[in-house]
Amino acid sequence: MIKVSNLVKTFGATKAVNDISFEVAKGETLALLGTSGCGKTTTLKMLNRLIEPDSGTIEIDGQNILSQSPELLRRSIGYVLQNNGLFPHYTVAENIAIVPNLLKWDKAKIEKRTNELLEKLHLPKEYLNAYPAELSGGQQQRVGLARALVADAPVLLMDEPFGALDNVTRSKIHAEFNVLDELKRKTIIMVTHDVQEAFLLADRVAMMDKGQIVQIGAAKELLFNPANDFVKDFLKEQHLQLELKTIKLSDIWQYLPADGRRINTSQLAANAGVWEALDTFKFYPRENINIINQQTKEVRSVTFDQLMSAYSRFKNQVPHE
Amino acid sequence: MNEHQQTLLEFMQQQSDKLLVQTMQHIGLTFISLFIAVVTGLPLGIYISRVRKLSGPVLGIAGILQTIPSIALLGFMIPLLGIGAKPAIVALLLYALLPIVRNTYTGITGVDSNVKEAAVAMGMNKWQVLFKVELPLAMPVILAGIRTATVINVGVATLASYIAAGGLGEFIFGGISLNNTNMILAGAIPAAMLAILFDFLLSLLQKLNFKKVKGTVKIAPVLLIILSCFYFIPSAYGSKLTAGFTPEFMGRQDGNLGLVSKYGLKIHTIVISDAVMYKAAQEKELDVISGYSTDGRLKAYDLIVLDDDKKIFPPYYAAPLVREDALKKFPELEATLNKLSGLINDSVMTELNYRTDYLHQTPERVAKDFLQANGLYKAPQQSNGEVVRLGSKIFGEQYILTNIYSMLIKGYTYYGVETKTGLGGTKIVFDAMINNQIDVYPEYTGTGLLAILQAPSKVIGQLQTSKDSTYNYVKTEFEKRYKIKWLKPIGFNNAYALMMRRQQANELHIKTISDLKRYLNTK
Repeated sequence: MIKVSNLVKTFGATKAVNDISFEVAKGETLALLGTSGCGKTTTLKMLNRLIEPDSGTIEIDGQNILSQSPELLRRSIGYVLQNNGLFPHYTVAENIAIVPNLLKWDKAKIEKRTNELLEKLHLPKEYLNAYPAELSGGQQQRVGLARALVADAPVLLMDEPFGALDNVTRSKIHAEFNVLDELKRKTIIMVTHDVQEAFLLADRVAMMDKGQIVQIGAAKELLFNPANDFVKDFLKEQHLQLELKTIKLSDIWQYLPADGRRINTSQLAANAGVWEALDTFKFYPRENINIINQQTKEVRSVTFDQLMSAYSRFKNQVPHE
Repeated sequence: MNEHQQTLLEFMQQQSDKLLVQTMQHIGLTFISLFIAVVTGLPLGIYISRVRKLSGPVLGIAGILQTIPSIALLGFMIPLLGIGAKPAIVALLLYALLPIVRNTYTGITGVDSNVKEAAVAMGMNKWQVLFKVELPLAMPVILAGIRTATVINVGVATLASYIAAGGLGEFIFGGISLNNTNMILAGAIPAAMLAILFDFLLSLLQKLNFKKVKGTVKIAPVLLIILSCFYFIPSAYGSKLTAGFTPEFMGRQDGNLGLVSKYGLKIHTIVISDAVMYKAAQEKELDVISGYSTDGRLKAYDLIVLDDDKKIFPPYYAAPLVREDALKKFPELEATLNKLSGLINDSVMTELNYRTDYLHQTPERVAKDFLQANGLYKAPQQSNGEVVRLGSKIFGEQYILTNIYSMLIKGYTYYGVETKTGLGGTKIVFDAMINNQIDVYPEYTGTGLLAILQAPSKVIGQLQTSKDSTYNYVKTEFEKRYKIKWLKPIGFNNAYALMMRRQQANELHIKTISDLKRYLNTK
């Protein structure tokens, strides 16, 4: 668990981070979201002491990190950089082995762990002896992720990890990110300016502006209960899309017609978003899709019109604006 | 001296011992200074990349050092460090410093900040970041700096021979003063080849990829030290005394070659420029030096001339040279100039030179004092309009002689005098006389014989025993060939000579060159 209290950092005359406090539970993913210059990256870098705070405390698992040796602290925190920061003079294998070598692991252990990660991150083994420059941007970022994960540190910090990737590669990695078991047990703090990314990957989002956290909470809270105009404006442009992605089929389950399973139709799990359900329709006459509620094993079948009306009825229930 | 023109290859074969020694000294000098420059420049470059506000002043100072002309820098070093390898190495080191410091700084500050941040964030300490990330990534740039420094050093090291540090400059500068093209090339070509070779080898090192560099970087210091040691191999054998000879003296038959062949003199010898040689002898850095027997510094530094008992140094008796048509035009000229004949012996000339060179009195004053002391001075008479043109070479002794002649002519005749002093070396002043630009100038018999007449070695061999035979030979030949007359000798002999400190020579009972050889041979 990470506990940040009253963190302040000033650069010259500007207060980059102005009295920030938040907590992240074990295994939770928190996204720090905001425009450039809002202090999100500074906040992140204070967590592994790349930047030393002027005042305030940071505790990880109850221990004040400011009283620990910075080198030892950093070896227990994974770090992913926007531009991957791979060592150009090290091969992929050597890059991944940096922290294990600092921790003085033996060779066999490093090799075993490296191979395991390559498989999980879908990197071919032939790349082990390649240099970063020989890899594509997406592959480099995967190696960067492998390097951060290799020592299985309980905390992972990510500074705009997918910011430099093209849209196609990014959404592919996003999908993998959500299913990667290595990440599920980690406490992750991620900096991003991309709302979609924050909503998709994080359990909670901390919206930042001018060095302060304006609102912190689950995506739904930010969408439907924005704390002020800044949050509202920040989300306005993509509001509909964000809503459709954030609201799960399970949320509108009660408004779906209680029809049973149809044959010859597409199937979807109820924890998928409304967006995904809409995306599944191929738009031929009287088309239905089956939605399966995993807990109850109940199946409901809906048409496009029925789905939209359920969504509309749900929205009328939600107190908003 | 062979009649047939010696080729460069023959020269290099004949001098292969010296060539090897000089090449090794050259490599040694280059790499000792390079090694020290790397050992100091690399940490300095790293330091200013950490404390950025120092980078401006440090790079600025290194840049200023680079702009000091190399000869001047070597000159500055002599009062501080004396002569020999020490000042040369320091001077070379100062030149090598800028490219190494600057490239280290540029290389390290140029490392991608993302990569540095990643290294820190992985939990590396500052030394690990430096050695595992910054230095390897900056290495191509640093190597480029070392490469530049190496090439600069190979070039500047040729100048080291001016201050007795050896190297291929001995041949180059010896060749220039002896007008011996083969000798110049025998030094210049190997020096150029060394520069090209080291540049090429370092370019290979630079092109190796990161992985291979890791290994070579570890070998590099060892290699540097081995190359540095080259300097000490030749000087490992020495003798009880140290001699310092000018590059010109080293290459002349009537110089070091004669000392070796006629006397069998074996002495630890370093090559040094005339300008610092006397001072080095006084300061006991050198025991034996080559010089001119009437040089004023002989007196200034209390040195004595060793007797040339086997007569290898040809006589250099000074006498006025006059065009024959001038003697006809100015009937009283010959008698007037001959008034000086026999009046100035070696010690008198040394004294006069001492007063101009060391006490900084003007040649006019020295000339007037001398004439007054000898009762020869007369106030100038009214000129009848006819003008005698006097010339001189560009050094003190000639200025004094020209002034004396000018006063004699003005005092004893009605001729006017026009002096054209500072006509450079023998070739310039003699050409001026041939082309009827001057009528009179003082010349030395040895110079007439060797430089102007370029007499065959057989003739020189016959003449060398006697001063009169040399004088008679040049007198006859000059009249025959150039219609120029040698008047009566002035008296002194400004020949090459070996010199020692008076005190040391007395202690060791050395009076002649043979005494010196005997002393060196006794264990």
